[in-house]
Amino acid sequence: MLKKRLIPKLQMKKSRFGNRMVLVTTVRFDEVMEIGDPVSQAKIYQAQAADELVFLDLDASVENREPVTDYIRRAAEELFMPLTAGGGVKTLDHFRMLLENGADKVSINTAAVENPELITRAYEAFGAQCVVVAIDYRQDADGREKVWIRGGRTGTGLDPAEWAEKAERLGAGEILLTSIDRDGTREGLDLETTRRVADAVTIPVITSGGCGLACHFSEGFLTGKADAVSAGTYFCFKDENPMQTRSQIRNAGIPIRIQT
Amino acid sequence: MIGIVDHGMGNLMSVRNAFEYIGAEAKVCREPGELAGADLLVLPGVGAFGDCMRNLRHRNFVAALDEMVIGSGIPILGICLGMQAMAKRSFEGGEHEGLGWLDADVVRIRPAGREYRVPHIGWNDVTFEGNNPLFADLPADPVFYFVHSYHVQCRNSGDLAATCDYGGTVTAAVRKGNIFGTQFHPEKSQDQGLRILENFVRQGGQC
Repeated sequence: MLKKRLIPKLQMKKSRFGNRMVLVTTVRFDEVMEIGDPVSQAKIYQAQAADELVFLDLDASVENREPVTDYIRRAAEELFMPLTAGGGVKTLDHFRMLLENGADKVSINTAAVENPELITRAYEAFGAQCVVVAIDYRQDADGREKVWIRGGRTGTGLDPAEWAEKAERLGAGEILLTSIDRDGTREGLDLETTRRVADAVTIPVITSGGCGLACHFSEGFLTGKADAVSAGTYFCFKDENPMQTRSQIRNAGIPIRIQT
Repeated sequence: MIGIVDHGMGNLMSVRNAFEYIGAEAKVCREPGELAGADLLVLPGVGAFGDCMRNLRHRNFVAALDEMVIGSGIPILGICLGMQAMAKRSFEGGEHEGLGWLDADVVRIRPAGREYRVPHIGWNDVTFEGNNPLFADLPADPVFYFVHSYHVQCRNSGDLAATCDYGGTVTAAVRKGNIFGTQFHPEKSQDQGLRILENFVRQGGQC
C-alpha cells in the first residue's frame, strides 16, 4: 500500500556571508529565526527516516535573484531520498540548474502565477513528476482564502482550490499547499482548505503550515485527505523528530513507512 | 567501472552519488566511447519517453548499448524511465519505439478509484517474484520510492521481477538475464535502495 509521506521543510535565507544558505523558521512568513546549516539539519532528518525533503529559498523571489544551487548539490551528495528545491525559480534554465545539481523536483510559486505557461513548459521538458506548484494562501477580511505570492507579500485574488485545479490542468505533478496564517503557529493544519484542494485535483497534495503535535499530521491525512504533510518549525527545534511522529501516525491507523 | 548513460535527462548526479557512497566507481558517460571498459551499465532516466529515446539515438547510444548488453551480456540496470526505455514501445504522448530488449509495452497506470492519484508518488510496498540477486539481503516487506505515471507491461511473465499494488498491479521491477530494471528509484530509497545498488555492483565482473 502507498504510504502517506512526512516531509520536513527546510526554509532558508541567504547568509550574510558568501553564497551560503541558512536554515530559518518563520511565523506567518515573518519573525525569522536563524537555526543553522540546512544540509546538516537535512542529514539528521535522513537518519530519522524522513520520506522526502523540501528546500525553499524564501527570499529569491522577493529579492529577484537567481536560485542558489550550492546547498542542493551538497545535499544530494549525501542524502538518498527525494529532494525538492524551490524559491525564485522563473525559467526552464532555473529548473535545469537545480535538477542538474541534484534536485528531483522543483517547486514554483510566484512564477507559476505570473507566468502559468512555465508550468506547461516545465512539464513538457522534465515531466509532471518534476513540477511542484507551491501555493501560499491566507484568509482575507471577508473570510475567503486567497493565494499570495512573493513570500506572502503580494495578493493575487486567486482561490487556492481553483488555482490548484488550473495548475494540474497545465501540467503540475504535485501541489505544495501552505497556510500563511498557520505558518509557525503550531496550532494545527488548515484541514478545511487542505480538503478542498485535495478534492479539487487528482495529483498528490502536500499540505503544510501549523503542525505542532503528532496528531496534527494524522488529521491532515484523515480529515484533510492530504497525501503528504510537510512541517518546518515542528521538526526544527528538536523536541519532536520524524521517527517519533511516524510511530504516532501509524498508531492512528495510517499507512506510513517505519524503517529506513 | 560502472558506466552511467547520460542521455541528457534525469538525475544522473543522484545516481552517481549513490554508487560513490557505497564505494563503487561510477562514471557519467556523455557518448558511447566513454562506456568502453565498463563492466556494469546504468540507464537512469526522469522525464518523457519520446525525448529519452530521441536523445539516446542522437548521441548514438542505441547501437552501442545493443552491442554491450545483448552482444556482450554486460549487466545493465534501468531505473524508472531507463527501465521503460528497454521495452518495445511506449504509449506516453503518442507511440514511440524503445530499445526493444523486453517484450513489453509502456502504458499509463489506471488505478481503480479516485483515492489513487496519478502520478504514483511516494513509498510503496514491493513484492518480489522469483529469485533475483538484486533483492538479496532485503527485509521481507521492503518499501521503495516511486514517482511515475506509466509502467512496463511485460508480455512474458518470466520477465516480471517485482510488483506493487496501486489500485491494481503495477510493475515494480523486471529481469531478463543480464537486464535489470526498477520502476522505483533505488538511489532515492535510502538504505534499502542502496542495498539494491550494492547487489547490482556484485553483478560486475561475472560476464
